[in-house]
Amino acid sequence: MATTTTVPKLKTHVGERVRRVEDPRLVTGTATYVDDITKPGMLYAAILRSPYAAAKINSVSIEKALELPGVAAVYTGEDVKSIGGVPCAGSMPTLRIPDHKILAQDRVYYVGHPVAAVVASDRYIAADGLDRIEVDYEPTEVISDPEQALENDAPRVHEEYPDNVSFTFEQAGGSVEKAFAEADVVVKERVLVPRLAPTPMETRGVVADYDDGTKELTLHSSTQIPHLLKTQLALQLGLPEHHMRVIAPEVGGGFGSKCNVWAEEALACKVAIDLKRPVKWIENRRESIQVVAHGRAHIDDVALAAKNDGTLTGLKLSILLDNGAHHQLLTPIIPTLAVLMLPGLYKFKNFSADLKGVFTNRAPSDLYRGAGRPEATYVIERIVDKMAAKLGMDPAELRLKNFPAASEFPFESATGLSYDSGDYATTFNKALDMVEYKTLRKQQSKAREDGRLMGIGISTYGEICAFGPSPALPAGGWESATVSVEATGKVTVMTGISPHGQGEETSFSQMVADALGVAMDDVVVIHGDTARVYYGIGTFGSRGISIGGSALHLALQDIVEKATHYAAHLMGVEAASVSFEDGTFSSSATDKTLAFGDIALESHLCHNLPPGTEPGLSATRFFEPSNFAFPYGAHICVVEVDKETGETKILRYVAVDDCGKVINPMLVDGQIHGGVAQGLGPAFLEGVVYDDEGQLLTGTLMDYAIPKAKHMPWIESERTETPSPVNPLGVKGVGEAGTIGSLPSMVNAVVDALSPLGVEHVDIPMTPQSIWKAIHGRSQS
Amino acid sequence: MIPANFDYSAPETLSEALKLLAGDPNSKVLAGGQSLIPVLKFRLAQPSHLVDLDRILDLNFIAEENGTIRIGAMTSHNQVETSDLLQAKCPLLAKTAAEIGDVQVRNRGTIGGSIVHADPAADYPAALFALEAKVRLVSTGGERVVPIDEFIVDALTTAIEDGEVLAEVHVAAETNGAGSAYRTIVQPASGYAVVAAAVRLAVSDGQISLARVGVTGVASKPYRATAVEGALEGQSANADTIAAAAQHAADGVEALSDIHASGEYRVHLAAVQVRRALEDAAGG
Repeated sequence: MATTTTVPKLKTHVGERVRRVEDPRLVTGTATYVDDITKPGMLYAAILRSPYAAAKINSVSIEKALELPGVAAVYTGEDVKSIGGVPCAGSMPTLRIPDHKILAQDRVYYVGHPVAAVVASDRYIAADGLDRIEVDYEPTEVISDPEQALENDAPRVHEEYPDNVSFTFEQAGGSVEKAFAEADVVVKERVLVPRLAPTPMETRGVVADYDDGTKELTLHSSTQIPHLLKTQLALQLGLPEHHMRVIAPEVGGGFGSKCNVWAEEALACKVAIDLKRPVKWIENRRESIQVVAHGRAHIDDVALAAKNDGTLTGLKLSILLDNGAHHQLLTPIIPTLAVLMLPGLYKFKNFSADLKGVFTNRAPSDLYRGAGRPEATYVIERIVDKMAAKLGMDPAELRLKNFPAASEFPFESATGLSYDSGDYATTFNKALDMVEYKTLRKQQSKAREDGRLMGIGISTYGEICAFGPSPALPAGGWESATVSVEATGKVTVMTGISPHGQGEETSFSQMVADALGVAMDDVVVIHGDTARVYYGIGTFGSRGISIGGSALHLALQDIVEKATHYAAHLMGVEAASVSFEDGTFSSSATDKTLAFGDIALESHLCHNLPPGTEPGLSATRFFEPSNFAFPYGAHICVVEVDKETGETKILRYVAVDDCGKVINPMLVDGQIHGGVAQGLGPAFLEGVVYDDEGQLLTGTLMDYAIPKAKHMPWIESERTETPSPVNPLGVKGVGEAGTIGSLPSMVNAVVDALSPLGVEHVDIPMTPQSIWKAIHGRSQS
Repeated sequence: MIPANFDYSAPETLSEALKLLAGDPNSKVLAGGQSLIPVLKFRLAQPSHLVDLDRILDLNFIAEENGTIRIGAMTSHNQVETSDLLQAKCPLLAKTAAEIGDVQVRNRGTIGGSIVHADPAADYPAALFALEAKVRLVSTGGERVVPIDEFIVDALTTAIEDGEVLAEVHVAAETNGAGSAYRTIVQPASGYAVVAAAVRLAVSDGQISLARVGVTGVASKPYRATAVEGALEGQSANADTIAAAAQHAADGVEALSDIHASGEYRVHLAAVQVRRALEDAAGG
């Protein structure tokens, strides 16, 4: 009866280092990214961007561009006036949202601000068309520096906001003034966290296609949030959402930069509807570095109070966010995550945090991998190290003294979060053992005697993941999953998450294979198409497996329950007597067995439908988590600094991470490795630089240094596994861990190396020159 | 890449290429494309005609003749790096080529293209100055051989004239047993040098008989650190001599400042890199 291949006895897939099912198409070049999509009659758009950081637009002359053969249309601010502004999800009462049209109206506010678009029969003509647009700019006063923006006589970025403040946010707990008044020791530091360009390997891109017959608008976009994007575009463009479809095809990385709603997405829809022809726009690398919202952009002033015995008692943090000229989707929300996570893994209850966003004539800032948590972790881990130095305590000992004990979980943090589960000391001790910490300190003493600058840097980080309970998120935090079993026993999973490199096609297939006893090859995971997946929130904040996987888990349970019921009926036994293992139904009441494939077919043929059972074998479930999950870990970096040149060499890198239960250790390792690279970047290489005129000085990859393979240390990676109680899988999430944990360990290592010279802090990126200056105390020239 | 429109030719002989270049004053030579393609991409250059030298096999060779090693302009960095002849008789150039960019750049980039582009932070010039190299320039009107320090005039500026092609590079085969070394600190985004030093050092009976020091990255033009050379030649070869001489690595040089390195840091690095390269050369 079975029509599927007989399923051999399978080993368990969950927990195994299963190779990624996505990779064959990626490494053979057969994956379909946005730029691989072509449509009959498709046009190409190119965007003219402002060369000025601040200017009035007196006129935009498009006639010469329109005369160019092949140019179909030119759009300026005038043509898109009626389209709603780029959305911002912030909701704090102090939030100011300046008008943010998809093309500049009468002013430009930053270098790269979109001014006009040429739509042409090919992308070369579109680019030629840009050269023929004449814009009469009248440059106005620029405010580039966020601190200068707050000065009394500073030029205004937006006429209507004289103080340039974009929003404020405050939070406090305990009695921080009392803690500082009664402290034995207080340390302070100003920590700069420069802007970072997210730089996914695939830049942004869209293909918009409008069917004038059915009135359906299809937007292919390199996005992390296809469903949210569809809803937002419907609102922004005033379109009927049921006639809209958004597809995220293969997406070549996002790091948060594609968890946004971009002007170019609405513009492409507008063009496709107007011209009734498909239109493609692919961002070039220069545009990507220029305008894709930069992450971080903090100036943090932090103070930490402690008792002489090393008990940390209170923390004060003041964050200045370089907002840029406009808000993107989450611009004001991201730094509030930094506030929430500022206590790190420590028990102190007294804190105050104030956050101020400031408008500047720079590109909008917004989320980038880690999104608020790397900033918080960097600040707390840096200042804890400074406290250890001040107290004359070993930085490992100081940390161990201030962790909550494993028995204290769920642990309420100073900022009111409920840390779900943890055993911080065990994880940290594992890292200390791996690196042979005590021996290492002896080696360091010896190195110092020899005049060498060796440093050991510790970072014990915590993060907030598995986003998240819906009330805490602007657009919901639940997730959906549909499992449909085909008549032939193959399994189609449709998930609301939208993976773009994380590998959930693999991890979800592992889960399905174990739950249903099918081969992984018999599972397909569909995502990123609003016409195939009812709804979902998307992929960001380490929510793929924790939330999306939990929805899948529930749907798989439903499938097994229904199939078991079906099998019991066919075997003529009570359902309670039926067990299901390795794809086979058996019963204590009979010798008969049935394969999962038998039920798959029967449930479609319905020749012998159990009473009260509906045909088909498909389940859709939704998962709403009760809380965030809180992964944590310890990273230890050992460096040697070349005293003469300021160059740094990483001698050891140890990472012990606890992301809860693990579905595929290889994918977790990959996330840690990639994450460490994205912490190493800002630690040693990266940083967006603007000059006083708001000109971007790091506008290409010839000047903006992202980490390359040769920059990477060997990463010694291990795990502890503390299940999360907030989802049925016990997973916590690992998408950001490496990025969050790594940077502070690297900075602490360099500062530790330089500490015999009296150096107490080095700002990032710690380039050879900046380290050399720290060593020699020379002024900026 | 979405450049402005241009015509494209890929001749198979140098004389054909020279004719094409002579026929269009707005034409441009394409060698390995490592510098020109980005410029075209940003539309900073909009030549009407690109003459690609890639198919001219006569420009891709490394050969020795009467003590002179000739290297065809279209020889890739990888070919220079791995050449047995160069490793044996001009190891400094092979060592320098090994430090250029990354594998992809070394496979595509050519020695002729690099020299003509004259980036002030390019790797080759440090070695070519230390080697007192010459370049052979050819046009429909004839040919000339120009010393490297006369050929490179300033940042991105050379003595090449319209219609001329740099056909080959000449370096002398090492005969005096000089040790050599190349030391670079790399700008991590571009892969170019922040500051790099190439040195040749020959020692005879404990005395330094020859010192040649080329420096790139410090100033708008690579240079020979003649003050260092002067402080070494005729002196006894020891660490103190080398350290003292290296202090003169940027004498009389106006150092560049940019977002990657201040002039002060570049001057400091020049001394460090020259000293370390000299120590390497003396040791090897």
